[in-house]
Order: sequence, then structure tokens, then C-alpha cells
Amino acid sequence: MTEVADSLTQNSMVDVHSLVTPPDLEIVNMTKRFGSFTALENVSMRLKPGTFHALLGENGAGKSTLVKCIMGFYTPTSGEVLVNGQVRQIDSPKDAHRYGIGMVYQHFTSVPAMTVAENLVLSRFDSTNVINWKKEYEELSAFMASAPFQVPLDVPIAQLAAGQKQKLEILKQLYLKSKILILDEPTSVLTPGEADEVLGLIREQVTDGKLSVLMISHKFREVTAFVDEITVLRKGKFAGNGKVKDLSISEMAEMMMGEKREPQPVEKFAHGESMPVLQLKDIRANKDNGLEAVCGVNLTVNSGEIVGIAGISGNGQRELVEVLAGQRPATAGQVLVNGEVYSATRKEMFKHRVFVLPEEPLRNACVAHMSVAENLALRTFDRPPQAKGILLIFKAIREMAQSLIGTFKIKTPSPDTPVGNLSGGNVQRTVLARELSADHIKLLIAANPCFGLDFAMVDYIHSQIVEARNRGVAVLLVSEDLDELLKLSDRIIVISGGHFAYESPIDQADFVAIGQSMAGH
Amino acid sequence: MADALGWWGVPLGILAGTLRGSAPFLFVSLGECLTEKSGKINLGLEGTLLTGAMTAYAVSSLLQDKVGSALSPWLGVLAAGCAGMLLGLLHAWLSQQPKVNDIAVGIAMIIFGSGIAFFFGKPFIQPKAPQLPTIDLGAWSSSPAVQSALKISPLFLLGVAIAPLMFWFFKSTRWGLFIRAVGDSPDAALAMGVSITKVRMLCIVAGSFLAGIGGACLSLYYPGLWSESVSSGQGLMAVALVIFARWNPIQCLWASLFFGGAQAVGPALQSVGIDQGRYLFNAAPYVLTLLIMIITCSPKKTLSGAPGALGTIN
Repeated sequence: MTEVADSLTQNSMVDVHSLVTPPDLEIVNMTKRFGSFTALENVSMRLKPGTFHALLGENGAGKSTLVKCIMGFYTPTSGEVLVNGQVRQIDSPKDAHRYGIGMVYQHFTSVPAMTVAENLVLSRFDSTNVINWKKEYEELSAFMASAPFQVPLDVPIAQLAAGQKQKLEILKQLYLKSKILILDEPTSVLTPGEADEVLGLIREQVTDGKLSVLMISHKFREVTAFVDEITVLRKGKFAGNGKVKDLSISEMAEMMMGEKREPQPVEKFAHGESMPVLQLKDIRANKDNGLEAVCGVNLTVNSGEIVGIAGISGNGQRELVEVLAGQRPATAGQVLVNGEVYSATRKEMFKHRVFVLPEEPLRNACVAHMSVAENLALRTFDRPPQAKGILLIFKAIREMAQSLIGTFKIKTPSPDTPVGNLSGGNVQRTVLARELSADHIKLLIAANPCFGLDFAMVDYIHSQIVEARNRGVAVLLVSEDLDELLKLSDRIIVISGGHFAYESPIDQADFVAIGQSMAGH
Repeated sequence: MADALGWWGVPLGILAGTLRGSAPFLFVSLGECLTEKSGKINLGLEGTLLTGAMTAYAVSSLLQDKVGSALSPWLGVLAAGCAGMLLGLLHAWLSQQPKVNDIAVGIAMIIFGSGIAFFFGKPFIQPKAPQLPTIDLGAWSSSPAVQSALKISPLFLLGVAIAPLMFWFFKSTRWGLFIRAVGDSPDAALAMGVSITKVRMLCIVAGSFLAGIGGACLSLYYPGLWSESVSSGQGLMAVALVIFARWNPIQCLWASLFFGGAQAVGPALQSVGIDQGRYLFNAAPYVLTLLIMIITCSPKKTLSGAPGALGTIN
């Protein structure tokens, strides 16, 4: 039985996956329309064998649409995919796999309730119907041992940190022996060190001629360090391509934006009187599995100050933010806001003017099936002018939504579109519009606010946060992006294993010490 | 009978009731477990149960002259399963239309399934249909009470065998993993090239087949007749039982036995002459369920094992 299964596995792998060199991939005149909206128009590009290619563009430029058409996730309206010069019809990710193409999606595609091992076995496109777990475990352990990075096999995905999930997604493709790897913003959840490590290892495989990579990215640092060639999309159209060594960052940015734009430096003003706004006293909280995630932390955030919390994902920062947002009960300790005990009730949030930009905004801060207008009104719908007694004034809700959609440039077909139908960047804008538009914010809690956004959007969010700080708002910024923290924070704290392992004002911060504390030394 | 055994009649009565009464719970809950693992809820299994009971009884009754009374109940069981599949097909199609809520469709299907059963079942309330044979495990005993208590239906044994089989299916087969993936994270399943509609369709249809067989247990084994009140809500209880069993087929088996046993508490006490509070004892399954739900639930933990896509709209 197992032998039969074995030979079947190998037979199905023979075609592309035993070849040493990756195939040549070419996309010709690809167009994709969703109803009347054209997401992609006549885009052509070529991924030469053994190259590291980056696909650049702003949010909504059509990058994800393009790669989803290649993968057979979407059916293109017109256009062709050529593999080794031959036109191939790709109707599903399974077809793509047959030609050696595998993709790491922006949203994690592992099944949360299953273990790593189950997810890996499940991802295999072979015909073994009965799974011999003993044998699979032996093979998986052997695979893990030889893989560039490791993830524990028996842990359910739901308990993995974001960084580990992303590593698993990449491992999955290596496990499937894909020859062309499509990566959709693969490093957005990794620390700079992890990102360099992962990309470096993939780069080695590319240099050895074992892989071709097509990476969607926003980070020029990574593009210049690891990538051979770029193709740029702008508003669904081809906007330029070239070799990275022939281009400067500003030229690439110009292709993306259509005009030159420098990243804006943030300006901070010193503040007069500073008062403690948020105080944490010996806060403890558990993870979903009942183990302690936050082990007694003390913290004070003053008005007009940005306190940055750095740390590798999975060290308790998520649980800490959830406690502050009222999503998770603290098992011990006290949260004080403006000197009063704070338990994140709606009344207290309104009284103390506490606002939150949580990570994964679609899950943590939006009701996906409700419209953009309704989501924008979640903070205010029960107060005048949006409510009169127990009645909602829909006209006021809609007008407010329309003005916010305009101010914050939320790209949505209408205020009545369910927020879950928007792209990730626009969901983030929706939450930002709701949380930052209020007057007199006193306390802002932001967790990974720039996750997966393009750099124009990142600049925008950064400037909004700093502007809030300059107005005297106390900001607690939890981020896995160290560059972001170093740029914005007044004081930086490192969380490791649920404890604060390092604390320093930003001008005295020691980069080496931060790195070591993050790694738990 | 009660005199001969005295108080021993109570545990024996409960045992007998468990073995007799848990089969419909078992089949419906396994069917619902399969359906819910794929991310859809089929409340309509109550209707499917009734339709199955009616179909099995009608087929067994109509065919007894043609194929003999040994074979006709088995054809009845098969027909009940197939009738269940038809209802399942309807539910699968309706509940997967855009913007359709499966709970609403399920309630409609309860009414539709019972309506169909009552409509076609009217002429079969009177005639006697050949019953399924039983396996007499009590032959060793001289006591007629023990003998009748240990008459076990082969369908019950089939159900007991399906539970671990389904557990193994979810854990160690490719199809089982696909179903769990579809139920937990449709996006992930889509990325693997699995058709969500097809998987759910098959799961709902297969689950309804099992529920139909559960109906056959009612009309061809215990209580062994067809009437409009034959299911008395067992189909709905079985749906709740899946939550109670945390979507685990093996625990569905224990939960079904538990429900079947709890149902027998009242009649068993009655058989030894305790008549006081009869209705209270008859409510035992519901009270116990509530108690266990309260004891096991926790506001701090999410319900482990719940398929992630359960109750979401397409």
C-alpha cells in the first residue's frame, strides 16, 4: 500500500519537479476585469529562469491580481501564460503546481485548526488518499531538518506567531518542490533580521539556479539587496521594468508613483506639560491555550509621547494589545487611564478618548459583512448627530462616511460596500479614518499599523501618528518593524517572552542591545 | 418483570433504552458532524429523519409481498438513506446560493421534510411493516427481561462502527483533510484547488444519507412504527449534540449513548413503580444537556474544535 502510494507520489512529481532548472515564465497581454472595473490591463512580463524578480506598485496597482491570474486563482479576461514558450491554460492552483509554480499568498493560507504537519501533507497535490502518519512524520522531520528554517510539526497553526506562519508558507512551497516561487509581500510580518535571513536563503537557491522568484514587495531595501529585475505596475497597467543594478531607488519610486517622491521625514515638536495618560500595573494575561503570555509588565505612557514596543511576534505583544483594547481579560494587574481604572468599556473609551489601531484590522476592528459607512460609524453611531434617542440617523452616518472616504482616500465602490470586499490597504484606511478622525484623542494604541501597506500609505500613517503625538496624544506603538519604531518612538521598549527586556529613550537606544533583547539574550 | 428483578430493573431498563434509543441520535449526529466539518449547518436533519422513517416504513410495508419480509426492511433502510440524500441535495443547493443563510434554509427544510413525511406517510400509519431483525446478545440469560434488553439492532452496530471510521477518515485521509480545510478556512482550501461547493455538497448529501438511515432505525426497530410524532425532536437534539461532542465523531458516539440513556431514565423508573415526577424524569436528557453545557463552557476559551467557517455566509 505505501509502496504504491510512494510510486504515485514520484510519478506525479517527475514532469517538472525533478528538473534542475526552473522553467521560463512569460505573461502576455494579461487583462482582468471585475464587472466594469479593470484591475489589470494588457500587462506583459517575463520571469527568466533562475532570476529573482520583483513586482512593484502601489496598493491597488494590480500586482495581486496579476499573480492570482498566473496561479489560476482568477480567470483572466484575456491574455496568456507561457511556460517554456508554450501557452498553458492554468485554471487552478493545482494546474499551476503542475508547471512548477507555487505561491505564498498575502493572507495566510494554512488551515488554522490543523497542525503544521497536517497542513504540509494537505498542501501536496498528489493522489495518496490514505495518509500513513508514521511515515509522513519521518519524512516531514527529515524535510524540516534540511530546510532553511524550522517550524514545529505538531503545533496547530492558530498557535503560531505571524512570523512562523509566514515561514511555514514558504516552507510549504519548498516542500512541494516548486520551481517558480511567487511571494506576495513575504517579509511584512518578519523582523528585519528574519527577513534578511529568509530572503538570503531563498536568494542562495536562486543563485544556484534551483529557483525563480517573483516577489511582490514594497520595501526598496529588500529589492536593492536581493532582487535582479523589477517590473512595475501602476493603476493596473505596465509602468516600466529594468535591472535593479541599473536603477536608483528614486527612479523605481518614480515608476511606481508616476512622479518623484521622497520619503517624508517626520518632524517632532517638543511638548510642554506631560502627564501620565496610560499606566499599566503588573499586567498579566494568558494566551488562547491558557499559557501565560504577558508576565507582569509595568509601563507608563505620557501625553505627547510615543512609546514603541519592539519584539518578535509571539512574545506577548498581541495579548497585551488585546487587553488594552478590551478583547482579552487580564488575569492580574491594573490598567489606569488618566489615573482611573480602565476596563475598556464603551463608556470608558468615550470618556477617556482611547482609540485603537489593532493588527489585522479586518478581524479586530471591522465587521466584515457590514458596509464601509457602518464600520466608519462604529465609534459614533450611538451619539448625536448620528443617533436621536434609540433611533439611528442614517443620513448623518452616510454623510460622515462620505466625507471620511474623501479625506482618507478610501477606495471603495460606494459607502454601502461591505468592508470585507475592500483591499487590505483600504480596510486599514477605513479603520484609520474612524480612529483618527475623532477630536481630542487622548490615547492611541497602534499595533503593526503599517502591516502590508505600500510606502506612500506607510508615510501617511506615520505622519498621522506623529501629528497626533505633537497634539499631545499619548501613543503606544507596538510593531514588529524595528525601522518604524526607531523612526517614530520617543522611548523604546523590547518585549521578550512576556517581559520587558529593554527600555531606553530613543536617542540613547543601543541597536545591538535591542537586537539581543529581542532574541531573548 | 419488574417484580422479578426488583431494583435491578432500573439499570437494566436504562441499558436497554440506551442500546435501543441511541441509534437515531448516533446516525443524525454523525451526519451533522460530517456536514458541519465542511462548514455548513443542516438543521433540516429533523425533517430528513422523519422522511427517512416514513420512507423506510413505507418501502418495507409495500415490498413485503414482493421480496419477502426478510429483505424488505433492508430495502427500506436503503430507500430511507436515498430519500435523505434527495433532501440533502436540496439543502446543499439552496444553502450554497449567494447570500443565503443555512440556518434559515435548515428551518425551511425541517418543515418541508416533515411535511413530505406526513403527506406521503398518511396511508402507512395503520398497516404493519416487517421489522429489521435483531441480534440477540441476551440468549445466555434465562430472564426474559435481560433477553429483551439485549436485542440489538445491526443498524446500531453499524453506527458504532461508523463513528471511529469517520474519526479516522478526518484524521488520516486526504478527503478528510480537505473537508476540514473547507470547513475551517475556505480561502486556504481554495488556494489548494479544492472546490468548496462540491465538497460541501458531498458532505451535506452524505450526512443526510446517514440521517435518513437514522429515521429507518426509528420506524423499523425502535419504537418500530410510523407516526407523525415518532421522532419527537430527536433530529434537532442530535444537531445540538454535535456541539456537545465538539465535532468529534467518537464523542458523538458517547454523547448519543448518553442521550439515549438519559431518555430511558423516565420509563425505567416507571417500570419499577416510581410514578411521581415522571415528567421530570422524562425531561432528563434536556436538563443534563443544559447542565453539561454550563459546566463545560468558558467565556475565556473559544469552543475548541469548531470549524472556523461555520455560520458564515458564502
